[in-house]
Amino acid sequence: MKKRNVFIIILIIASIISVMLGAQDFSLKKALVIGSADNQLLIYSRIPRLLAVLVTGAGLSISGKIMQTMTGNRFVSPTTAGTMEWCKFGILLSILFFGGQSMMMKMMFAFIIALLGSLLFVQLLQRIPLKSPVMVPLIGLMLGNVVSSLTAYVAFQYDLVQNISSWLQGNFSLVVKGRYELLYLGIPFVILAYLYAKKFTIAGMGESFAKNLGLNYKFITIVGFVIVAFLASIITVSVGSIAFLGLIIPNIISIYFGDDLKHTLFDTALLGGIFLLFCDILSRIIVYPYEVSVSVIVSVLGGAIFLFLLFQKNKEGGTV
Amino acid sequence: MIKTRGLSKVYGNKKVVDDISITLPKNKLIAFVGSNGAGKSTLLSLIGRTLDRSSGDCYIDEKEVKDWNSRELAKRLSILSQTNHLNIRLTVHELVQFGRFPYSQGRLTKEDEKKVSEAISYMGMDALKDRYLDELSGGQRQMAYIAMLLAQDTEYVFLDEPLNNLDMKHSVQIMKILTKMVKELGKTVMVVIHDINFVSCYADYIIAMKDGEIVANGPSDEVMKPQMLEKVFGMEIKVEQFGGNNICLYYT
Repeated sequence: MKKRNVFIIILIIASIISVMLGAQDFSLKKALVIGSADNQLLIYSRIPRLLAVLVTGAGLSISGKIMQTMTGNRFVSPTTAGTMEWCKFGILLSILFFGGQSMMMKMMFAFIIALLGSLLFVQLLQRIPLKSPVMVPLIGLMLGNVVSSLTAYVAFQYDLVQNISSWLQGNFSLVVKGRYELLYLGIPFVILAYLYAKKFTIAGMGESFAKNLGLNYKFITIVGFVIVAFLASIITVSVGSIAFLGLIIPNIISIYFGDDLKHTLFDTALLGGIFLLFCDILSRIIVYPYEVSVSVIVSVLGGAIFLFLLFQKNKEGGTV
Repeated sequence: MIKTRGLSKVYGNKKVVDDISITLPKNKLIAFVGSNGAGKSTLLSLIGRTLDRSSGDCYIDEKEVKDWNSRELAKRLSILSQTNHLNIRLTVHELVQFGRFPYSQGRLTKEDEKKVSEAISYMGMDALKDRYLDELSGGQRQMAYIAMLLAQDTEYVFLDEPLNNLDMKHSVQIMKILTKMVKELGKTVMVVIHDINFVSCYADYIIAMKDGEIVANGPSDEVMKPQMLEKVFGMEIKVEQFGGNNICLYYT
């Protein structure tokens, strides 16, 4: 519980820094006066950005944690299972058939395609006898790359390359009021994830283990992937894809808090939010007043932290 | 009571379990023996409903397994498969809590918590309660899984090769606990075991299988005879009396 309080304090401090930071001069005191320029900036740009970062970080981490728990594999995440690639393909289809106007339409397409893609991935895993757990993300990455190439090909054919490339890299600099509210749709799914947390953990122990406890294994797996596909699709549509966040955070949580989802879901969301917020702040300071892509920071920083944790754990003698 | 009629499992055109009709006695430690591939584990999984059968019927307490509500059945019958789930990081306590899932669906009551701590104490694992499973030895881990079955508190308990890869001390410990579960808690425990001498020393009743069929079944003393064992295992096995137990000698 102590660690959780530390998380919350860090989150609050980082949030304040995030709101203060930007090319435009800004003072918190002035921002509290309704109608002032600083107040407008706060409401239309800084707060939306902060919330978008937090929801994205939390959403991707939760998705990753659910996937890792259910498949019993540490290397599965929305990026390594190709979920994000399926989302992009869905977005492309929606632009092709209905034009790029409606965010809702893009989200629906991304969701349906991502769900089908995830189920295909699970089917593949069940059909192919796997010798090593590393094979799972390899298959996911390969499948993701095939889908990604298909997306690129179709986009090229229909002159949509520029349009689609904006979803390739996550970007928070375009988030303003009116462009991120879709993310709130994720909240009921996060609650659903919380209600099903115990069941996901049991499903992760294997089909016969789940059956022994009287659970409907297939149904639970589908619920899990619906949640993951939905969170991934709203995030891809509103901010784009951010690699490896859903891989790193769940692993860090697993090392320190274990894998009982019911106990760790909140910490996963919290740490995911903090981590992405930290990366976002860093991406804005490094070449101030310009920005570096937040994905780059996530990959570099996350990779380093992850390696450090692996070595640390090895010293203590536990397995990761 | 557990009863099967014409129970079969077919993979391709190989009958792994072939037309088995059997009634299992209650309140006994029942051991399934036989060579590799004889169909012991498959039969256990069929009755324990973790594997779908190809044909036949299976009744638990006069009711067909398929007609049971899966949550209700989980309060009557529990099964521990062979597979180790090493990829998930859970503490012993968290694992044992899962045993109460059929009763409380994850929201544990005081009663549930009591059963959980009783189960952990029964296995003598209080000191290891908050340790992660992946930090335990194979034997300790197996004990934790059995503690979970204890918390699940079912009348019928199935275990598929619980002694696999365990040292002598843990093997004896587990067999003693299974015996206690039958004698003290009135459960019916069914195990697949390869070590025939553990079967001889602890089991009340033996079901011997070969090529998907039951070749012998009855009280331990009746089955533990050289000619019976030769039929089951296809090799010469001497049986000697030692300290009141039948001990099989087959090493040379």
